Amino acid sequence: MLAESLALTAALFIIGVVGVLVHRNAIIIFMCVELMLTAVNLTFVAFSRYYGAAGQVFVVFVMTVSAAEAAVGLAIIIGIFRHRQTVDLKDINLLRG
Amino acid sequence: MDPHYSLFYVFHFYLFGVIALASALTFVTRKSPVAAALWLVNTMFSLAALFVMLDAQFIGVMQVLVYAGAIMVVFLFVVMLLNLGDPSELAEARGKWWKLAAGLVGLGLLSEIMVILRVKLPQQLVVPRGFNEQQLQKLNVVGTIAEPLFKDYLLAFELTSVLLLVAIAGAVVLGRGRAAGAR
Repeated sequence: MLAESLALTAALFIIGVVGVLVHRNAIIIFMCVELMLTAVNLTFVAFSRYYGAAGQVFVVFVMTVSAAEAAVGLAIIIGIFRHRQTVDLKDINLLRG
Repeated sequence: MDPHYSLFYVFHFYLFGVIALASALTFVTRKSPVAAALWLVNTMFSLAALFVMLDAQFIGVMQVLVYAGAIMVVFLFVVMLLNLGDPSELAEARGKWWKLAAGLVGLGLLSEIMVILRVKLPQQLVVPRGFNEQQLQKLNVVGTIAEPLFKDYLLAFELTSVLLLVAIAGAVVLGRGRAAGAR
């Protein structure tokens, strides 16, 4: 089942990448990042069957990091919304030179 | 190296894989953030089922609790707080050419990953046959993760708590807003 898991991981990851590139809504883009992180978790779990339980430990770390990232990222989105009344990335271009 | 899998197992593995893939595709094509979040929850659930089938029961439970439960609820809360449930505001994604370029980038990356996946795996690192089952017998489901987590990866585990503390502090500071932050 290793090959199937890895193929599924690749497909889900790419769906996440394309979602990040296509969407304009900052919240949906964040969800796409979460999808990419979860897809990578599937790789860790699939390999942990062959290389020992350390892979599952890494999944726990990835989950923690993604939870922290979601909390801070969503706080940033709320902050941006306060300033600009939108989460449309087309209108959020303060750093453009 | 590959043990023999029953037809029942293989059928359900493919079933959950197809469900995960289909709901991920539906997820990226939704315009409403709420619908997208719910489809993503569906993806997370079928991935949790796959984790259980791959002998990672604890990770499967964590997936349901942390991802499908906590993180997605936070997302939905933000959608509710900012009143973004209406899809018409951001209805049109980016332009046609941009979409085409994104699709090409996706295809390129996909082919790259597929090439990488064909690399031969290091055989000398593979645990001996039956080792995982033996560990599972000795330490049971949670113990197989807890033992390396609290022995080999203890430093990383402790640093994770610092990360979470910083994230909490950051979220509170960012969420308090200007009026409180200015003073």
